[in-house]
Amino acid sequence: MKYQTQKIALAYFAVAMALFAVQVTMGLVLGYIYIQPNFLSEILPFNVGRMLHTNSLVVWLLLGFFGAAYYLVPEESEREIHSPKLAYLQLAIFVLGTAGVVVTYLFNLFDGNFALGNEGREFLEQPKWVKVGIVVAALIFLYNITMTVLAGKKTAITNILLLGLWALALLFLFAFYNPSNLALDKMYWWYVVHLWVEGTWELVMASILAFLMLKLTGVDREVVEKWLYVIAALALFSGILGTGHHYYWIGTPGYWQWIGSIFSSLEIVPFFAMMSFAFVMVWKGRRDHPNKAALLWSLGCATLAFFGAGVWGFLHTLHGVNYYSHGTQITAAHGHLAFYGAYVCLNLAIITYAMPALRGRDPFNQVLNMASFWLMSAGVVFMTFTLTFAGTVQTHLQRVNGEAYMDVQDQLWIFYAMRFGSGVAVVLGAVLFIYSVSFPRREIIEAGVKVPAE
Amino acid sequence: MPAPHAVSSPDAAPDDGAGGLPGEVMIWILIISELAVFSAGLLALLAGRLTDPAGFAEAQSHLHRVGAAVNTVVLVTSGYLAAVAAHKAGHRPTVARRLLMLAAGLGAVFLAVKASEYIDLFTQGIGTETHPFFTFFYLLTGFHAAHVLAGMVLLMVVAIRLAPRPVGVAAAFWHMVDLVWVLLVPVVYLL
Repeated sequence: MKYQTQKIALAYFAVAMALFAVQVTMGLVLGYIYIQPNFLSEILPFNVGRMLHTNSLVVWLLLGFFGAAYYLVPEESEREIHSPKLAYLQLAIFVLGTAGVVVTYLFNLFDGNFALGNEGREFLEQPKWVKVGIVVAALIFLYNITMTVLAGKKTAITNILLLGLWALALLFLFAFYNPSNLALDKMYWWYVVHLWVEGTWELVMASILAFLMLKLTGVDREVVEKWLYVIAALALFSGILGTGHHYYWIGTPGYWQWIGSIFSSLEIVPFFAMMSFAFVMVWKGRRDHPNKAALLWSLGCATLAFFGAGVWGFLHTLHGVNYYSHGTQITAAHGHLAFYGAYVCLNLAIITYAMPALRGRDPFNQVLNMASFWLMSAGVVFMTFTLTFAGTVQTHLQRVNGEAYMDVQDQLWIFYAMRFGSGVAVVLGAVLFIYSVSFPRREIIEAGVKVPAE
Repeated sequence: MPAPHAVSSPDAAPDDGAGGLPGEVMIWILIISELAVFSAGLLALLAGRLTDPAGFAEAQSHLHRVGAAVNTVVLVTSGYLAAVAAHKAGHRPTVARRLLMLAAGLGAVFLAVKASEYIDLFTQGIGTETHPFFTFFYLLTGFHAAHVLAGMVLLMVVAIRLAPRPVGVAAAFWHMVDLVWVLLVPVVYLL
């Protein structure tokens, strides 16, 4: 760690890991409700648990991005962070807001209140006071990072990262716009979540991946930057109008079916480019970085993102296919592997890379960390397959044969049972990961004797 | 993908192009992406036509074929002027600047002809939902017209601060715009 203020990242990563634990635990509970539907139905209704599962995911990923920015921006700009105090204030606002959402939702407080009550829109349920807090915290963050970058060296990595983060924050403002026309409501609603995951977050992902490749493989900066610009351009070209694949059946004009189908089909291209980028850099790389676990997570990230976001997204993005598959378990399969591959693995990669430096130790416990990669990834991949099969069966029974929704759900029980099993593996993997980056103090397996290659 | 090529020469200048392509790598990525999008749209139109040949033919008869022919001549001429400007940008800046402005001016003529066709269709009450053919027609030609507008702005910007490389990039973009039009005309207006 070259700069003292990089230490800020540690606090962000710690809170992110705590929320990660909440997220996967909630996932396991929900997975159990699928096979035992009355489980906790009085205390924790499914919709509340589902909200906690998805919102804690989004919040911990964001906190991970913030932490990553606080870690890599000083190294890239060759400057200390503008104001560490503001950075911790920003984190405190986020923690308070998150706690506020959880309490409001769990106990169903202030229902219908303008400022304090939940707003009921999926992902944007937060009470208005929390939304305002998010905006304030985002402004603090952007001010802090932008001031640091402006004062120091400007690199392609910080440029793309800032572009992604600024656009991310500006798009969140659509969370305040809630037209009473349901079609319009949905149209703007997608500006937040969709344009995040398929636009601005891809920029964040590409720049963090570029930083990791730069450090782990030792490939020249010019090469990394060229790839980064190409990936960013491809992501924006396909991702912005690709949003159209959410506009097929919400009451928007019919031409969205074609805009959405054509542009979102191309969304696989930036993910393919990111996967190619990661592997080409490793092949070209001359540096033998000791943190092999970070490299494993980086390559895993690029690969699983390509399959989860790219391939599984394309699977049901054409409107002729989506007409049948819309809102079935196919969507759930895509959602799980895409979020895991693209954004969970990315955060775990940068955390794995940064933690040894942040905690002032050598790369440590790579064996446990790498085991957690295989356990978690195998779990999510298996889950993706079970849900894909469930979705295929569901599409046929429900949409083609016209059977009733709940009759079909009964027939999917075996898939849900297998999905619960894979969920157990994911939770164990997550626990192992958190343990391996937080607690052990030395390597479990000693490095072997180095024999230089001939 | 030009990018893997870039990897094999890490010490090359950042703007060396890919494999002797003129201009920036990025503009070629954009051009390929645009061609992919328009091709997909045209293929979808052709596939749609198979399901309802008579309906598509009837819908198509409302279009202005003469206007499309005029526009083809206008846009190809404009592309030629931009190409000449790219050659002259290095040694005859004043000539190049005039040619670029002329090329952009022909872009405006194209848009005027296009607008007259749109207005006529609108007054007949034909919108994007009238028939699947018109969904494709408005999408493809509307997207293309937006690119003509963007290309005109680009041509004028590079004309103001004239230098060979930016003019080359703008001319490449402009050729993409007329190439797309030449692909659109037979499928949308003639077939």
